[in-house]
Amino acid sequence: MAAQTSTIDVAQPDNVPVAAWIGPVVAAWLIPGAGHFLLKKRGRAALIFLSVVATFFFGLAMGGMMFTPEKGADYLTSLINYGGFAANLSAGALYLLNSMFGTPTPDMAGAVHDYGTKFLVTAGLLNILAMVDTWEIATGKKD
Amino acid sequence: MPKINLSHFEASFLFALFTSVIMGITSKKTQQERVKYGAQCFAYFIVALFGIGWAMKLGHG
Repeated sequence: MAAQTSTIDVAQPDNVPVAAWIGPVVAAWLIPGAGHFLLKKRGRAALIFLSVVATFFFGLAMGGMMFTPEKGADYLTSLINYGGFAANLSAGALYLLNSMFGTPTPDMAGAVHDYGTKFLVTAGLLNILAMVDTWEIATGKKD
Repeated sequence: MPKINLSHFEASFLFALFTSVIMGITSKKTQQERVKYGAQCFAYFIVALFGIGWAMKLGHG
């Protein structure tokens, strides 16, 4: 029986210089859609901006809570606090401005407040998707 | 900041809409594929919303 050989596709190292993508990716973090805007994808930039900003503001309007990076009573609580904080922070300037000038909302019981908290986290997570997309466009992996 | 009080359906609908837009934009390579995938995601969200809603209603009796 002939020995079977297999080939493994090895990804080529990226030759794209960091300077080519760091600006748009940081801009995408700070202002949702700004990365796409800098890369001349204006339509997508507008849709990302509207979606992320609307998600964030609905979250605030529903009385959502921002997470703070603090240790909880158990491992799961700490994970939720740190994970939630990372997601909140991913909303960029929306989070930073709200932290500086907004009124902190306490963690309150109720479905609407809970939805608000999830909307605030989701806004950050959606912005991470947009940042990754910006990186793919800037490095030529995607149009 | 004005306060709003959305129902479960309204909040879930908005969540589905915004998430589908971003997923459509970031997941596919051509314009046509993006629109199709975004619409597909939105439809799946809505089907899941009604499906899980009915499951909870029937489960509670």
